[in-house]
Amino acid sequence: MNEKYKKYEIIEKVDISDTVSKFVIYAPFTARNAKAGQFLILRGKEGGERVPVTFVDWDKEAGTITIIIQAIGKSTALFNAFKQGDCFLNIAGPLGAPIDIKNYGTIAVVGGGVGIAEVYPIAKALKDAGNRVVSVIGARNKDLLILQKEMEEVSDVYVPCTDDGSVGKKGFVTDALQETIDGGEKITAGFIIGPLIMMKFVSQLMSKNGVQPYSSMNPIMVDGTGMCGCCRVNVDGKNKFACVDGPMLPSDKINFDELMKRIDEYKKEEKISLDKHNEEGGCGGKCKVGLH
Amino acid sequence: MPNPSLPRQTGKRQSGEERRHNYEEVAQGCNLEEAMQEAERCLNCKDAPCTKACPVNVQIPEFIQLLKEGKIGESASKIMETSLLPAICGRVCPQETHCEGNCVLHKGGKFPAVAVGLLERFVADEARKQDKLIAPKPEKESGFKVAMIGSGPSSLSCAAELRKLGHKVVVFEALHDFGGVLRYGIPSFRLPREIIKAEVDTISDMGVEITPDILVGSSITLDELREEYDAVYIGSGAGLPTMPNIPGENLVGVYSANEFLTRVNLMQAYRFPEVDTPVHVGKNVVVLGGGNSAMDAARCAMRLGPESVTIVYRRGKDGLPAREEEIENAEEEGIKFQFLTVPKEIVADEDGKVAILKCLKTELGEPDASGRRRPQVIEGSGFDIKTDSIIIALGQSPNPIITNTNPDLKTNKWGAVELNEAGETSLKGVYAGGDITRGGATVLLAMKDGIEAAEKMHKYLETKGAK
Repeated sequence: MNEKYKKYEIIEKVDISDTVSKFVIYAPFTARNAKAGQFLILRGKEGGERVPVTFVDWDKEAGTITIIIQAIGKSTALFNAFKQGDCFLNIAGPLGAPIDIKNYGTIAVVGGGVGIAEVYPIAKALKDAGNRVVSVIGARNKDLLILQKEMEEVSDVYVPCTDDGSVGKKGFVTDALQETIDGGEKITAGFIIGPLIMMKFVSQLMSKNGVQPYSSMNPIMVDGTGMCGCCRVNVDGKNKFACVDGPMLPSDKINFDELMKRIDEYKKEEKISLDKHNEEGGCGGKCKVGLH
Repeated sequence: MPNPSLPRQTGKRQSGEERRHNYEEVAQGCNLEEAMQEAERCLNCKDAPCTKACPVNVQIPEFIQLLKEGKIGESASKIMETSLLPAICGRVCPQETHCEGNCVLHKGGKFPAVAVGLLERFVADEARKQDKLIAPKPEKESGFKVAMIGSGPSSLSCAAELRKLGHKVVVFEALHDFGGVLRYGIPSFRLPREIIKAEVDTISDMGVEITPDILVGSSITLDELREEYDAVYIGSGAGLPTMPNIPGENLVGVYSANEFLTRVNLMQAYRFPEVDTPVHVGKNVVVLGGGNSAMDAARCAMRLGPESVTIVYRRGKDGLPAREEEIENAEEEGIKFQFLTVPKEIVADEDGKVAILKCLKTELGEPDASGRRRPQVIEGSGFDIKTDSIIIALGQSPNPIITNTNPDLKTNKWGAVELNEAGETSLKGVYAGGDITRGGATVLLAMKDGIEAAEKMHKYLETKGAK
């Protein structure tokens, strides 16, 4: 344990945009065995919920982990209002099964929005394992297209896209990916992280093109250690737990529609929580998120 | 002179109607006068059958005699000679199958058993209030270090025993709070959170270090623990929920009991939006299963205010494996029972929400391996239960994370860790007990395993030579 930092202290915090923040946190037990594809669980305060977040990076020697959080509700808005020097209350991990790091040949990594940050460690690990890495990343606009430099550094082919064309190709990652395949890239496997609907369409496109897709599931979780089954995903007719068997699962066989319904289960409560948070003063003006 | 003919004390209890709206304890214990009176009923038997039947060997007539003499602190210490979780035992142990079920008064058929559970709980609570509940401190340090995996009743009992013997003990817990199944599985109205904290604090006060947020098998591996520590105890429990594998079980509105109970008990979701984790049930809740988890889930569901909660179980009432008192409590709280019924399919409405549970009736046939008569489906007996929330409480299997990441750790076909006659796993210096070796069982059996393993681990450490 490093005497300089408190447990779970935020060593560095960068606000990437109004809704997206990057954190480097002192969490030696979470950093020491972390591998690409795994995630961790955060809690910010007493009474707080357990929130799963995928690893962006980790430093075993320094005992630090890096995550990027997009504020979409009360808990994430609260996290993004933390400052350097604040401490999270709990960080548990690494959780989930790491991806199989081996030489596949040519692989694709596809990242959408904050998913870009989460697919970065996978791209890095697979590049280090000798793969030819084709990266297709997409976001609404250039401000939300995070880790551009980092992704370019670990890719053999780097294709950024934005909905509005402010950077890279104008359009979706699906079209950009199809173009690279049509252009002759012999991709055998693909690793996709982004909004569920994007992962569904990219998986379908990959399957059509003979590429084995893997998507990082983002179901609701409670414990994250395989105990409750909340995160169960139907893969090829059998239930897998995203927190133990995943979160990266072969997505040519995933029942996306079922998962999309399950993710919406607490929409009503999420709104109640956020409204109450706002009524009570929100993040006290610290939050730059358009949520309150 | 003992007077067994005195009326048996039951302590204060909330009425069914009152308590289905709150999370306060159902059984609220008794006062000193009532405790002393109940203590008078005990015959103080030699070679007491109650003590013999106790999974953790509490010296029952002895602690009751000390209570009779008004020596509360000594009575608590007597209990703690063998059970370092007395307030928990008194509340959750199925005494009807152990001490009270073997009490000579009960066996004699003339008088009800001594209310041992009530007395144990009284002594623990009272001694704690008077600051007289003190865990034994070790006489000297052995120089050995032992790691415990999990902070549930099995690991805590093992940890306390090993600490008593002078070993340095570190407990690794994956969740953010301690107690294992005591915390996430058992509701506050059976076991208040303050009691869990107090009992865990008593053990940490002995010098046991308990760390949250560490998942062994991931944050730290079993191999790393074996290198750093002189012995390891696996008490990681049976947290893997058994799903029925019927169509519709992934519909929104279907919970495993583990998820439901973890939200309610660990995350305190019944207090939402005061806390951030929610839980919800519909108007007509169905709970599948008949064990303690099913009773706990049904009673927690009832407290969320639905119109009905129905337990659906494949055997008859006398086949329910749950603790007798909890079955009675469930009935008093208005929970309905649908016996001799098995689930076949969960059907959704047009909005994709749970609407119907299709069931079949059963009848009891020949006994199975456990000695209980096997339920057999009756052909053509299909019927529907209208429901918008289903909680599946069909059992728990051993947590697979450590066994999956350690192929050399021998397990049986259900994933339970196997032990040899010396109580050791297939890995030298690694011991195990509780649900990880039994599948979903009880708190008291977990404690028994932990205490017995501590003795074996101590012998093993002694053979390692003085440090």
